[in-house]
Amino acid sequence: MSRIVNMKVFRGEKDSGQLHDYNVQIDDGMVVLDVIHRIQATDAPDLACRWNCKAGKCGSCSAEVNGKPSLMCMTRMDTLNNDKPITVEPLKTFPHVRDLVTDVSWNFSVNKKIKPFKPRPKDADGKQRMYQYEVDRVQEFRKCIECYLCQDVCHVLRNHGKHEEFAGPRFMVRLASLEMHPLDVEDRIPFIKEIGGVGFCNITKCCTEVCPEHIHITDNAIIPLKERVADRYYDPIQMLFRVLGGK
Amino acid sequence: MAYPVPGTREPFLATRRQDAWWVVPLAMATTFIVFIAYASWAAFQPVEYSKFGPYISPFFSPDLTRFIPGFTWSPALLILWVPAGFRLTCYYGRKAYYRSVALSPSACAVGKGDRDYKGERALPWVLNNLHRYFLYLVTVLVIFHWIHFFDAFRFNDGWGMGLGNIVVAADTIFLTLYVFSCHSLRHLVGGKIDCYSCAAAGVTRHKIWTGVSSLNNLHNVYFWCSLFTVGFADVYVRLCAMGVWSDVRFF
Repeated sequence: MSRIVNMKVFRGEKDSGQLHDYNVQIDDGMVVLDVIHRIQATDAPDLACRWNCKAGKCGSCSAEVNGKPSLMCMTRMDTLNNDKPITVEPLKTFPHVRDLVTDVSWNFSVNKKIKPFKPRPKDADGKQRMYQYEVDRVQEFRKCIECYLCQDVCHVLRNHGKHEEFAGPRFMVRLASLEMHPLDVEDRIPFIKEIGGVGFCNITKCCTEVCPEHIHITDNAIIPLKERVADRYYDPIQMLFRVLGGK
Repeated sequence: MAYPVPGTREPFLATRRQDAWWVVPLAMATTFIVFIAYASWAAFQPVEYSKFGPYISPFFSPDLTRFIPGFTWSPALLILWVPAGFRLTCYYGRKAYYRSVALSPSACAVGKGDRDYKGERALPWVLNNLHRYFLYLVTVLVIFHWIHFFDAFRFNDGWGMGLGNIVVAADTIFLTLYVFSCHSLRHLVGGKIDCYSCAAAGVTRHKIWTGVSSLNNLHNVYFWCSLFTVGFADVYVRLCAMGVWSDVRFF
């Protein structure tokens, strides 16, 4: 059923701006991205937003809908209270560019710091073997679409601006996918502790709550990495065994 | 309305969220305060109220004072720091109190204000990395809980069963599930292995890891169920011992 909804959309450039009111006609089945497109078509052709697939797979249309980091293309209007104004704002953790667009290039620079996959030497017959059950847990991490909602909601980045000291949940997932790979032999534990800053995470699980791919970021990636760091740096018995074993 | 401009820190508890995000942290904080206040009070109560028939309050089990001649204080003081430390360093417990008590953050996308933050890289929270040691200690307590679970069927007039046995069973079962769904245990039994086909007993350890992972999915549920049942077990035994409640004997 068609109805009019009050949308408050952030408009502005480079750290300045405000919410603008748009009264938009909404039809059944519309998602927030559809509404933004309708605003572009009827009221504000210069409204800037990123989008691509409209299917929750490209991770481009990340925004904050009613204060919650969400993919606009996966947020149905009928899941929101249409009787109240609905706010749509850009991600708060990254530098603002214009309207709903932010500069997420910091994430790419973090990614470059991570040591790439380094496979162990091949077996005597020239093959490398691994089994499906060994890579099941790593494959969960490959679902990541790099929407950066987890980075946006993480209070270490969002509220404390620790961009120089903490890699964020997205890259803890990437580090876990490399560290847990059965063929990989690279040692990234010192990186995870010192440069990745896993100790900044206090496991409040907001990253897991907003992940549109439902990756168990905290339980399956960050906590196992914290345990591996504890093995190396905080477990006196294991440290003693390593010393006695000459490792 | 220009607030909040992207890239700036949100003021304390500021948010655009329209849902009742404050309900869960408020309920958790209230539960923690009530439980800690009750457990602290109970620990200093006379030891005679910690037993009724074959039932022993989990707060007072095992009675370590027997091994310390001249120790006249409550045995609970020798015990409670172990489960308290386990819960304080527990990965789910950390989420619960960081959100509800420390308000760091109180909920997702809710402002924290302009305060310093070091996370778990500095004292005291860096000590949470010792969670595995509390796991080792609390596993011993689980063994004692099971010993008391079986002992609780031996009444003065022979074997029997009362409502108290169900209360003790609930405490014992939920504590066991809570401890054996621990993230650190999940890591230690097999999570630390990358290549199971290369490791000694790798296939077996992968199976154990899979089992603990299944339990781990409900670690938060077991955390709360265990907290409530251990507290209620103490209340039940205490009120029976004080004569306020009567234990119902089934046979």
